[in-house]
Amino acid sequence: MSEVILQIDGKEVSATEGMTVLQAARSAGIFIPTLCYHEKLEPFAGCRLCIVEAEASGESRLIVSCVSAVEKDLVIKTRSERVDRIRKTLLELLLAHAPDSPKLQDLAVEYGADKNRFEKDASFCVHCGLCVRYCAEVVKKNAVGFVGRGTKKEICFVPEIASVECNDCKECFPLCPTSYLQAAFVLTEALAFPNTSSEPDSE
Amino acid sequence: MDIERIDQIIDSHRGEASSLIQILLEIQRENGWLPREALDRVRERLQVPVSRIQHIVTFYKAFSLVPRGRHQVHICVGTACHVRGATRILDKVEEITGIKAGETDLDLKFSVETVGCVGCCALGPVLEVDGKTHGKITPTETAAVLKSYE
Ligand code: SF4
Ligand code: FES
Ligand code: FES
Repeated sequence: MSEVILQIDGKEVSATEGMTVLQAARSAGIFIPTLCYHEKLEPFAGCRLCIVEAEASGESRLIVSCVSAVEKDLVIKTRSERVDRIRKTLLELLLAHAPDSPKLQDLAVEYGADKNRFEKDASFCVHCGLCVRYCAEVVKKNAVGFVGRGTKKEICFVPEIASVECNDCKECFPLCPTSYLQAAFVLTEALAFPNTSSEPDSE
Repeated sequence: MDIERIDQIIDSHRGEASSLIQILLEIQRENGWLPREALDRVRERLQVPVSRIQHIVTFYKAFSLVPRGRHQVHICVGTACHVRGATRILDKVEEITGIKAGETDLDLKFSVETVGCVGCCALGPVLEVDGKTHGKITPTETAAVLKSYE
């Protein structure tokens, strides 16, 4: 595989062909914020926090770094006024859904995002898809999926699968940026398969 | 809808998982809705996860997980129809059928749905029943149209 040299934040970075800009940046120790990215999963390009400015042949455009392949002589800026402004707005929109997410709050400090800018619609889930994709791609159980679309989209456990698989796994729990996943699981458990977890026996 | 018929539909697609949406559409078209048993059968035969089926059937409006009425009533609430009084048509339909948009009445006679622009704005407000378009409709005419259906 051939080597590709590009520039990220003024630093020469060598990457291999087929790598994404995000991977190249990470390999060089350059931080780009992400929400829906996970190294074990196929990129999802859902959150758009990872956008960066890319300059090639004199033109500057915004690219989504987790799904954009490296190119020779690309000049990447991981922060710029334009990028920061967009990230700030994205964070503000996400915070309207999950105002108390620690991950979002940390980024909000960095980008000066105001969590009260947009009217609150505390759905908690921000549709990053980490739980759904992790269960499908890594654990291969498909115990949790998306239902609905648009503003009504939400995650949903499949009780028949969750009742036998989840208690011994829960690997997706720490991935959720908002804890909504845990809440959804507890709710499903309470409704569909109570008393199967390791609660103290109370009979 | 019996299992044999569902198997026939699946077989006509050679049981390929990539035909999932087509198979679901055919069941929907023939049966009017997607019963749990049908979805279970499709899942078993195609070896696809429930979560994928769930995602698809809740994503597209063409699918219904509950029985639909014999007649599909669509009221256009697109911009043009809205300014031409679609709300009054919708009110009338809801009054006559006794149900709200998105619902089906208990006799399974009508299913009422609002839709975005149906593409003939000059005819607004537009009411569609079982695919037949009634343009420039008034609330009084709406009542007459609905009464003509059994
Ligand atoms: S529940 Fe959490 S991990 Fe799953 S999609 Fe929503 S925010 Fe992401
Ligand atoms: S990390 Fe790239 S879009 Fe979410
Ligand atoms: S808005 Fe009703 S047909 Fe266009």
